[in-house]
Amino acid sequence: MRHVYGWLLLLPGFILIVAFTHYPTVTTFINSFFSNQTVLKPKRFIGLDNYEYMLHDPIFMQTLKNTLYFSLTTVPLSIMIALAMAIFVQEKIKARSIVRLAYFTPTILPMVAVANIWLFFYAPEIGLINQVLHYFGFNEYNFLGDRDLVLGSTIVMTVWKEAGFFMIFYLAALQGIPKELYEAAKIEGSSPWTTFTKVTFPLLMPTTFFVMINALINSFKMIDHLFILTKGGPDNASNLLLYYIYDVAFSFFDYSYAATLTMVLLTILIIISLIQFGLIEKKIHYK
Amino acid sequence: MLKLIKKVAIYSVIAASLLTSANADKTKLTMYYPVSVGGPLTKIVDSMVYDFEKQNPDIDVKAIYAGNYNDARIKSLAALKAGEPAQLAVMFSIDVYDLIEQNAIVSFSDLAKSQEDKKWLKSFYPALMENGTTLGKVWGIPFQRSTIVMYYNKDAFKKAGLDPNKPPKNWDEMVSMGKKLTNDKQWGLMIPSTGYPYWMFGALAKQNGEVLMNGEGTKTYFNNPKVIEALQYWKDLSSKYKIMPEGTIEWGTLRKNFLSGKTAMMWHSTGNLTAVKKNATFDFGVAMLPAKEMRGTPTGGGNFYIFKNTTAKQKEASLKLIKFMTSPENSAKWSIGTGYIGISKAAYETPALKKYVEEFPPAKVARDQLDFATAELSTYQTGRVRKILDDSIQAVLTDKKSAKDALNDAQNQANRLLRDYK
Repeated sequence: MRHVYGWLLLLPGFILIVAFTHYPTVTTFINSFFSNQTVLKPKRFIGLDNYEYMLHDPIFMQTLKNTLYFSLTTVPLSIMIALAMAIFVQEKIKARSIVRLAYFTPTILPMVAVANIWLFFYAPEIGLINQVLHYFGFNEYNFLGDRDLVLGSTIVMTVWKEAGFFMIFYLAALQGIPKELYEAAKIEGSSPWTTFTKVTFPLLMPTTFFVMINALINSFKMIDHLFILTKGGPDNASNLLLYYIYDVAFSFFDYSYAATLTMVLLTILIIISLIQFGLIEKKIHYK
Repeated sequence: MLKLIKKVAIYSVIAASLLTSANADKTKLTMYYPVSVGGPLTKIVDSMVYDFEKQNPDIDVKAIYAGNYNDARIKSLAALKAGEPAQLAVMFSIDVYDLIEQNAIVSFSDLAKSQEDKKWLKSFYPALMENGTTLGKVWGIPFQRSTIVMYYNKDAFKKAGLDPNKPPKNWDEMVSMGKKLTNDKQWGLMIPSTGYPYWMFGALAKQNGEVLMNGEGTKTYFNNPKVIEALQYWKDLSSKYKIMPEGTIEWGTLRKNFLSGKTAMMWHSTGNLTAVKKNATFDFGVAMLPAKEMRGTPTGGGNFYIFKNTTAKQKEASLKLIKFMTSPENSAKWSIGTGYIGISKAAYETPALKKYVEEFPPAKVARDQLDFATAELSTYQTGRVRKILDDSIQAVLTDKKSAKDALNDAQNQANRLLRDYK
């Protein structure tokens, strides 16, 4: 009887997870082995054809490369800046709460709003950044219209938006480090840098770990800005995997190929989680 | 007291049953529509729907603003799949092949059977019917339709010693005038190359005497020598003649560039006309696009479609609504409010639009240009084919490929996609 009661309590959550996570995952996996269904052509089993097509799809290769580059730069950069900001506003400086608020503001804004603001920062001639460059006599750049600059430009914007959010976690963690450790370090005559590397940073490791998982997984889902800023252009230079999946599914109506691409994204995310939970967690010092 | 409650209860049951039966007689329509240029366009649609419901108390219309063209298509098709379909929608005119392939729409040729209806189908400008007509039938009725026009800054023309009433008529003049107009504060010309590059390119190709695809949507002509030449000219505007900035030019911020005097000429949708008129602080003109071998522009914008999964009664009501929305009076109202083209000759003969055009001549440039217009790029697999061309254009403008290589590649890829449709 108690078993039944327990299962009943689990049921609502169980149904939600199955309906919205497991069932779609399984059907996505199955669909990736079938051809696309239209009214004129019914779907049929095609084995690995979709995967083979994918390997020869230059846009897929480009978006995969862009996505990895995007994730592996935005995450470390935002974490470093978040840590630096947290330590800065931890100190007793003037107008501390105002500075904290300023750092946190970008986080409150939705990504679409941020992209709309930065669209006008980056615009040639009329954009803020180019007007500043022009004022000091530097060359102006077409940030979003140059294939060498566009991905970097979206990365800078993303770091600007994300760092403030991670700062909050570090601020909380910093409050939790016992004062005695710093007093002891002072007595030993440790330099600020040594104190940071030997005391602060190791004790922040669990926070860093947590932030890193979140940031990495989040970075693969971050495509809202592309709808406003570049639509993935010019010529896919700023395109990301998830945005390409959206295009394939909803502009091209090729649901089975979209399923194939989704499996790749899913695999990447699973691998990241395994690495993080398996390897890194062992090396982190918990109390 | 109890009696009173009983009475109220009985009356309310009767009233409710009456109300529902009245409701059951009403034909309910759901309509999705997109907006892709600036301005309070939803208000205009709402007021038109309100007028329609007043005239037709037996029809109940729910008009839903559904984002840009892509969103409108996704939402309509998703609703269709979910079993709660809309009955009609305004969607991209170039979606027609996809909608046919998805078996989502019915043709107006099958619905409009009476003599009067057939006359109605012929009342629109022929150029606007091109994108909606295939397989010998009409599938889309023009509503918010545009062409590309050239906006130019008359003050800048005067400053450069040019006649402000003589905008460039051909490609060579555009270059020579562009050079005079370019200085360290201002560019001569901007043609947007994000958002809808294939659309701008359709204009250049047509001006060079070539179209981008056949009328059945089964073949593209991307690597035709004339088409390659057109892309080379686009690239030359920045790299050779230096009258346009390098790299791609953003569709969304271009109007701001023009309004703040950073470019003397811009190519943009006529759907922007009212917004430019309201915000320009200088004297501006609107001209037809220049010619190489001929003048040319693709049409653009949205058509009305009726979905298949609709009862006979709803189809009839939908047709009625579409006729109302595309009537000369409403088309005139829509054109004045937005800058989109009035879709029939009769619209320009209404007193309202006649007066507006007289007071503000730029309002008729887009319509006059219809004589030189061609269909917007639209094929089977249209999303993919369009992206291939967009990517190729951007690859050329950002110096990754030559015009010839890019368009040869694009044609090969398009051939592969369209192989099954011949």
